[in-house]
Amino acid sequence: MKALTLAATTLIAASAAVAETPELVVYTYDSFVSDWGPGPQIEKAFEETCGCDLKFVGNGDGAALLARLKLEGERSDADLVLGLDTSLIAAAKETGLFADTDVTADYALPIEWTDSTFAPYDWGYFAFVHNKDMTPPANFKALGESDLKIVIQDPRSSTPGLGLLMWVKDAYGDKAPAIWEGLADNVVTVTKGWSEAYGLFLEGEADMVLSYTTSPAYHIIAEEDETKAAVVFDEGHYMQIEVVGRLSGSDQPELAAEFMQFMVSDAAQSILPTTNWMYPAVMPSGGLPQGFEALVQPENARLIEADKVPALRDEALAEWLGALSQ
Amino acid sequence: MAWRSVPVSTKSGVSMAALVVVLILGALIAVLSRAEAGTGFAPSDWAAMRFTVWQAFLSALFSVLLAVPVARALARRRFLGRGVLVTLLGAPFILPVIVAVLGLLAVFGRSGWLNLLLEGLGLPAVSIYGIQGVVLAHVFFNLPLATRLLLQGWQTVPAERFRLAAQLRLTPWAVFRTLELPLLRKVVPGVAALIFVICLTSFAVALTLGGGPRATTLELAIYQAFRFDFDLGRAALLSVVQLVMAGGAALLALWIIPAISMGSGQDRPLLRWDARGGWQRLWDGCVIALAAGFLLVPLCAVVLRGVTGIVVMPGSVWQAAGASFYVSVLSVLVLGAIALPMAGWIASRRAGGVEAVGLLGLSASPLMIGTGWFIVINPLMNPAALALPVTALVNALMALPFVLRIIVPRLRDTLQDFGRVTETLGMRGWPLWRWVILPRLAPQLGFAAGLTGALSMGDLGVITLFADMDRATLPLQMYRLMGAYQMQAASGAALLLLVMALGAFWACDAVGKHYAAA
Repeated sequence: MKALTLAATTLIAASAAVAETPELVVYTYDSFVSDWGPGPQIEKAFEETCGCDLKFVGNGDGAALLARLKLEGERSDADLVLGLDTSLIAAAKETGLFADTDVTADYALPIEWTDSTFAPYDWGYFAFVHNKDMTPPANFKALGESDLKIVIQDPRSSTPGLGLLMWVKDAYGDKAPAIWEGLADNVVTVTKGWSEAYGLFLEGEADMVLSYTTSPAYHIIAEEDETKAAVVFDEGHYMQIEVVGRLSGSDQPELAAEFMQFMVSDAAQSILPTTNWMYPAVMPSGGLPQGFEALVQPENARLIEADKVPALRDEALAEWLGALSQ
Repeated sequence: MAWRSVPVSTKSGVSMAALVVVLILGALIAVLSRAEAGTGFAPSDWAAMRFTVWQAFLSALFSVLLAVPVARALARRRFLGRGVLVTLLGAPFILPVIVAVLGLLAVFGRSGWLNLLLEGLGLPAVSIYGIQGVVLAHVFFNLPLATRLLLQGWQTVPAERFRLAAQLRLTPWAVFRTLELPLLRKVVPGVAALIFVICLTSFAVALTLGGGPRATTLELAIYQAFRFDFDLGRAALLSVVQLVMAGGAALLALWIIPAISMGSGQDRPLLRWDARGGWQRLWDGCVIALAAGFLLVPLCAVVLRGVTGIVVMPGSVWQAAGASFYVSVLSVLVLGAIALPMAGWIASRRAGGVEAVGLLGLSASPLMIGTGWFIVINPLMNPAALALPVTALVNALMALPFVLRIIVPRLRDTLQDFGRVTETLGMRGWPLWRWVILPRLAPQLGFAAGLTGALSMGDLGVITLFADMDRATLPLQMYRLMGAYQMQAASGAALLLLVMALGAFWACDAVGKHYAAA
């Protein structure tokens, strides 16, 4: 009996302790929560000040994240979603699950940020990465005429793949199908996601791979390998801006708002460049880490407005399939 | 006939089969319940269907065609390291897709060993990308499985038959016709159907090695519908198409399997007097060496790459390895509970068509099952809490058809041979299983358990839908590492996975063989 009372007391005490520290659940993509990703450091830094238990739930990539949220609907345990990008914003807003935000920051983005639901936390330019021992082409046309081999991701299953689709569409409009026909014999293969494509490139299966201008920073900083570079195309580069948003069904609205503000603060922004290998949305006080100065800088940033993405996507996808399926 | 007197209870077998159907159709209905009006069948889906069936057909055809000489050679020869080789041959089947693909590319890729060799000889390079790559990879995955299943078939032929054939001085061709051909007729259709169905749900292999959207399979369209468009109606529709295609193929194949038994022998070790000729020895040697080379060289690439990665692996990989081990053990237990009664039921029937129920689990998209059960569980509790048990259950469903194919033929023979005796003795229920069936089936059960354990260790299906940070399995953790540029650590994790899965496979197999010998 005594033992039972003791157990009960312990249980009650434990549950009281749980009640005292609120839990904040953040849905994000898989690579964010891996040991080398930003997750562990972000969690530590935020928990130092919030008096809460921050819990990341990793789920595929940005698109998978949104699918999971739609599946759960109002019942979702998530307080925030971190890792959607600009091409998913329209679809995310359509769910009606997100709450507006009043997060403000002095953004260092190439474009002006006006969205009132999501806050950007990092960004990058899509670009082809190659080994420095070759002369890269100057644009999509030159690439199509060359006999260089590239690996790209499937726009039907991967966000970078979709980014490339929008890049070509934005740069060439109605002439996009001709560009894809030119590229058809350069495409060694199309992969399910970024990891497979990048792995194939590192194995020497292709001369170039679709990734980000910031990818070489990883090789320079983490591996002291300076043989990789990204190529600047004169059409300009399509951007990927990654955003965080809070759900209106959250039981911790204040804490969620606090986390969003934290994501654009110096503490979080200084973690992101060397863990997520993207540019910070707000320049940290210490500037960019050493190694980032070696990265190429596109002169022209491209981005299709969020609400125009869904319609353009279907059109561009049909063109892409048509050109590459022959 | 012995059929009527079979004393195995069919009730539990039927209820387990019903459970399997409910688990899969329940998921389908759950998905449909959430569907809104979306786009239906698109024209490009027809192209995807054609490609899906074509590549699955070719993959099944080549896997079985190549497996016949390999299994025959292995059945006829005893040599040092044969046991190790047979175990290692199981490895490709259990590798996560991306690991196997990278292993294959190290050998057959644009800058792979084969092309380096061709370049050195001044010959033109060969390209793996295209339908040839898809089939090559599927044969790499499934040739070992086909070989093992056929080999097992050969072992059911009583040694006395071959002795008799030798005494009658039958030519090798006559031996093949009278003994081996009926055996192949019995085993091949089921094996081919199994591989066909596995390849129907292929997605990443087909896309990556197929060289682009030409190689779009239905599974990719299902993935897109679930994860990119969130069009549940379309996802369910495509899942049904996939189920029907797989189910049709399975029924066709299983119905033509003759329910013949090789008859009983004294379970003596197999000695082949008919295969002593020098030429036959040379031929078998070449076949075994070629198959071993094809399967083991890409594995060597995986090992070589992984060795340097092991040291840089973070602690979370070991934690994930623990989760994978747990899932694996659970899968084996769950599967045992489902498969044994089902096998008993199927084996005591004259026609094998009901075995097709087992194929449901394999032919349903894991995404569909996962999403369906997510929808069911979500209103009741947090799905993440059930991540590992659900993964184990789905893995068990996927392994079910393999296990049935392994167990049923032997069980059928056992029931037929011992049916009368056990009936005379009034033996039924547990004592029958304990004293007659299980000891005779020990090697099959060991193989089946090993396969299930290894398969669930390498699977990356539903876990991606359910897992949170603390409940990642090893394959998932490996993908996360790759996504964070940690290719080296990821290849270390891949090696660990390979070792664990092979270890599980070897251990179960060895236990089965030990009991068979004892």
